[in-house]
Amino acid sequence: MISILGWIFIIIGVTFDLLGCLGLVRFPDLYNRMQAATKGVTLGTCGLMLGIFLLKGFNVMGVKALVCAFFILITMPVAAHALSRSSHSFGIKMWHKTIIDKLGQDKFNKDVIAKNEQEEKE
Amino acid sequence: MDILIILLSLGAFFSLYRALQGPSISDRVIAVDIMGISFTCITALIALKYDIAYLMDLSIIIAILSFVGTLALSKYLEGRSLDD
Repeated sequence: MISILGWIFIIIGVTFDLLGCLGLVRFPDLYNRMQAATKGVTLGTCGLMLGIFLLKGFNVMGVKALVCAFFILITMPVAAHALSRSSHSFGIKMWHKTIIDKLGQDKFNKDVIAKNEQEEKE
Repeated sequence: MDILIILLSLGAFFSLYRALQGPSISDRVIAVDIMGISFTCITALIALKYDIAYLMDLSIIIAILSFVGTLALSKYLEGRSLDD
């Protein structure tokens, strides 16, 4: 019973990995590609490692799989966040149908406030 | 199990296409990151197939190296130094 459940988790994980990599090819923009690939691959890899843990139990291999799943669950969103923020300040354009850009609005407002303060000092 | 390994290799080839084709540098960085995670999954499945325990160590090490490389390249893109 637990073996069947583990194989189901492994098949779900491989499916999400493949769909994430397909989204990396098919989406039109850097930010769309990044969110599709990161979310899909994180969920898929955690499912696959959880399936290996269910197949092997509290073994050397099962505990290492659990550690690897926990590590990927922590570090993958951190890397995607740092990369998207740095590429936004590097100046990579969004897609032409994008309707909102909160980080750009915040930077623009901060620039306007700093310029007004400088004019008041002068 | 061989079919699952072949499907993961197909995903790694998709991200290799994006790493060769990508218009900007961030595309290449995220594609190499996703390719590293695909190699993590392939190594874990090979460890499950042949029942070798120490290949899981290799899987964890590939994940750590991919994360550190992505973080260093994003810091470099933002224009800051590595210890900031």
